[in-house]
Amino acid sequence: MKLELRNVRKSFEERVVLAGLDLEVNAGEVVSFIGSSGSGKTTLLRCVNLLEPIDDGAIFLEGDEISSIGRDPNPIRRRIGIVFQSFNLFPHMSVRRNITLALTQVVKKSVDDANEIAISLLKRFGLDEKIDSYPDQLSGGQQQRVAIVRALAMNPEVLLLDEITSALDPELVGEVLDVVRELKGSGITMLIATHEMNFAREISDRVCFLDAGKIAEQGSPDQIFNNPIDERTRQFLRRVQAVGKT
Amino acid sequence: MPRLPRWDRVRESFFNRERLIDSFPRLLDAFVLDIKIFAWSTPAIIALALVLAIARSSRNPALFPIRIFVIGYIDIMRGVPVILWIYLIGFGVPGVGLERPFNSPLLWGSVALVLTYGAYIAEVFRAGIDSVHESQRAASRSLGLSNSQTMRFVILPQAIRRVVPPLMNDLVSLQKDVALVSLIGPIEILRQANIDKAKFANFTPYIGAAIIFLMITIPLTRTTDYLLARERKRTSATRVR
Repeated sequence: MKLELRNVRKSFEERVVLAGLDLEVNAGEVVSFIGSSGSGKTTLLRCVNLLEPIDDGAIFLEGDEISSIGRDPNPIRRRIGIVFQSFNLFPHMSVRRNITLALTQVVKKSVDDANEIAISLLKRFGLDEKIDSYPDQLSGGQQQRVAIVRALAMNPEVLLLDEITSALDPELVGEVLDVVRELKGSGITMLIATHEMNFAREISDRVCFLDAGKIAEQGSPDQIFNNPIDERTRQFLRRVQAVGKT
Repeated sequence: MPRLPRWDRVRESFFNRERLIDSFPRLLDAFVLDIKIFAWSTPAIIALALVLAIARSSRNPALFPIRIFVIGYIDIMRGVPVILWIYLIGFGVPGVGLERPFNSPLLWGSVALVLTYGAYIAEVFRAGIDSVHESQRAASRSLGLSNSQTMRFVILPQAIRRVVPPLMNDLVSLQKDVALVSLIGPIEILRQANIDKAKFANFTPYIGAAIIFLMITIPLTRTTDYLLARERKRTSATRVR
């Protein structure tokens, strides 16, 4: 078991976002989370990365409880990368520095080694020409691809993708999704929160429908999208179909 | 036009050409001391302000007492007029019987400026730190950088860039407030103007001092405006007419 969430609870003030969520993810598995806004997708991913402390329950990475209070989150975060909806590149740093910062400061690699990693990853995703550009000089799609490269540079075992195409113009969505397609099968475990139903159907080994802070239904993409059992899943899919998002 | 029967006398005692020409070189000489005080105080002020702002913005629960101390310090320094601190520190500290050169009013006047302006400018830096979006911190921490690495590499560089214009505003104020140190002794431009005034029973040296201050503060202010405009252009969308 790569990752396990047991009875995870998280509230913001009075609002319950995760209401005792259980989840098991195998190594190399690609799991997508769908559900309406506020169903807890983003919070779930942020909790796994320890950006949000959980109120109750436990999170295990390869059987090791990473959510216990007082544990240094930094070595754990090295193993779990996250890509955000709004890219969150560092605007005052070049693409190169965005990617090498954590390599030199956290993993203590030499500048040359870090550069080499940055260059080879950028090449792999067709961004090597942009290495000395600043984020403002890139399109949204390019920025998001750089953000993915930045997370990958740390060679994480788990990659969390938090609605990574939601802030993009429609014509830029494809190039970002191509990066994720390329990553699938490389052995990395991916948790994907998304509104792109077609993409979730195509890329996922498993799809989870979140409702009211719990996994209401999960199964293969075929089962969730073609034969949903839970009434809430059906309603949700009908709604997104109505606005043409599948 | 109302009649100003005593205008001739005012012109004679405030705008006396001869007195101005006579005093101006002495005032300029004395102004060198103002510039010196400004020059050595500013780096100390910036350093102190940064330390205060970083301490105040820290999130480590263990540093809570330090945060309280810093907040108290900033409130107290900012809540009392600068001139009062110059009196209290400039007269008070040497009063404990320090030997030369540690009893110099120049030294303790400068220290008073550093302690007060450090508090003012700490608030400028803190506003800058707060203005950096939380998502930048999230991105940095998610890569495994520690809190202090995040502050050093991600937050502070962005924060400082943003606060350069308001910082310049405060430095213009400092440039003028340096003259307050004259009140505890050192012969800088304001004191020199006072001496000349007394000697010739004529107020024109004050006008001379004002001109010299303006020669520095107006270019500084214009530079600040330019930086502000550039920052606004950079961060906001197309200007609405």
